[in-house]
Amino acid sequence: MARTLARTVRPALVIEARSRRKGALWPYLLVAPALAGFACLLVYPLARSVVISFQHFRLGELIRGGADFAGLANYAEALGGPEFWAVVRRTFLWTAANVVLIMVISTAVALMLPHLGRRMRLAVMSGMVLTWATPVLAATTIFQWLFQSRLGVVNWLLVRLGFDSFRDYTWFADGGATFAILVALVVWQSVPFAALTLYAGLTTIPGELYEAARIDGAGPWQVFGRVTFPILRPLFGLITSLEVIWVFTCFAQIWAISKGGPGGATATLPVYAFQIAQSLHRYDLGSAVSTLTVLMLLAVLVVHLRRMFREEAA
Amino acid sequence: MKRAALNLAALGVLAVSVFPVYWMVITAFKPTVDILTETPAFWPARPTLDHFATAVRAAGFWTFWRNSLAVTAGAVLLALVVALPSAFAVARLRWAGRRGFILMVFVAQTAPWSALLVPVYIIARDADMLDRLPTLTLVYFVTTLPFTIVTLRGFIAAVPPELEEAALMDGCGRAEAFRRVVLPLLAPGLMSTSLFGFITAWNEFAFANALMIKDQGDRTLPIWLSGFSNVFGTDWGATMAAATLFMLPVLLVFLVLQRRVSSGMIAGAVKG
Repeated sequence: MARTLARTVRPALVIEARSRRKGALWPYLLVAPALAGFACLLVYPLARSVVISFQHFRLGELIRGGADFAGLANYAEALGGPEFWAVVRRTFLWTAANVVLIMVISTAVALMLPHLGRRMRLAVMSGMVLTWATPVLAATTIFQWLFQSRLGVVNWLLVRLGFDSFRDYTWFADGGATFAILVALVVWQSVPFAALTLYAGLTTIPGELYEAARIDGAGPWQVFGRVTFPILRPLFGLITSLEVIWVFTCFAQIWAISKGGPGGATATLPVYAFQIAQSLHRYDLGSAVSTLTVLMLLAVLVVHLRRMFREEAA
Repeated sequence: MKRAALNLAALGVLAVSVFPVYWMVITAFKPTVDILTETPAFWPARPTLDHFATAVRAAGFWTFWRNSLAVTAGAVLLALVVALPSAFAVARLRWAGRRGFILMVFVAQTAPWSALLVPVYIIARDADMLDRLPTLTLVYFVTTLPFTIVTLRGFIAAVPPELEEAALMDGCGRAEAFRRVVLPLLAPGLMSTSLFGFITAWNEFAFANALMIKDQGDRTLPIWLSGFSNVFGTDWGATMAAATLFMLPVLLVFLVLQRRVSSGMIAGAVKG
């Protein structure tokens, strides 16, 4: 990747000499609109959120404007309550469950694909593209229908398989069951991207390497551990990081299906922060939770970010 | 034996991938009596278009459809117009701060947007921009911008600079050289980039849900669909018909993109 970059940058030097003569201002003019966009709609809201998290900012302040400095009161309130820590634990459980399932299933599917016949492989890949193309809100609607208590096809199937306790079972009334459905939904939607990307990576590994490993007497697990995984390690790292970001900050699926309920059983950090702000009008506390969420995500991703900075700054 | 097990596993993956979408479409075509039965039919014996008629006739359907299209198209166009010069500056020019800019774009790309719901709501309220579609357009523009810059940068870098230099030698200005030489070669890149932006904006739910709160007439399709139980009650046929109609444009876009889907997504995450 770095090599392609170097190749594309070098010829630019020729043009660069000319542009420098013409005045070095216009690269900045070219990026100015994008910078303005980021500044207004990314940096400013982020900064505003941090500021609000240090203020006393509730419904009154929202309507009247102006807010008093509150120091660390909001952070103290968030970190001091048991509810916040329950949400943090839930968010990490949510992220771990989803990312582990996504990575394990995707890897298995990606490793399976090359061994299939051409037609079967094409069918499986097309099926996954269909899943991938399903909009989040269509998917949440479908899953609500699949798991519907009386007419849902899942309950019908479970009863047919002999699990009679699932007759008319109301999945969405139970916290654990709703959590499990949301995990299934997110995993279902995320596997295609991860599996197809990993498969694309697999196809770049020369077959001779596998053959050499097999001649050396390596079993399938050893081939994966000694050949496939080491070569694809950067790709695995990248996909895992992306999935962590997407799952950790996931909002739409949870909000559309359960709004964090029932009884807060599916309230992860982004959902919790939004709930506090929207229904309790505690914009200050919600912002504090949001800021803490971003900090936690950064801590989790420190490895990924370090690599990105290193590569880009090299 | 091993081959049979593999094929069985593949069939399992295929079934799990396809079944939910299949079930949505089948339900949408089934007559209501066949939906309200304890033993589901896996094939529509008597397909009907009634549910689609119900969905299309639902209050505000065309308004939401138009809103979604307007917001999405606006955001994608704006992102293209803003991203193109930036991508050019990053791919072709050397300037102090270039690395910093690229890094910022990458960071923006992985920004936790859901953490910005509350401040964006407050800012929009202060600016009297709540319940207005242009607000959503601006938000979607910025959420798709990083991806658009990164992909276009890759596409521009793939155009040999010699072509541009030749045009410059022939006396073209820089802008003219870009317009006449680079831009036509970028057409496929612009096409697939904007289609990806289209999918992102079309599907967006969180901000539409937070910013379009009072006025029914300003909702987009995802918001409408999220409240299906208010719209259709327990009419699952109409709900599934609505979901099918909502999914259709995205599916068409995916068919157009086909093979580029995977590389495009990864180009968004890895530098171009």
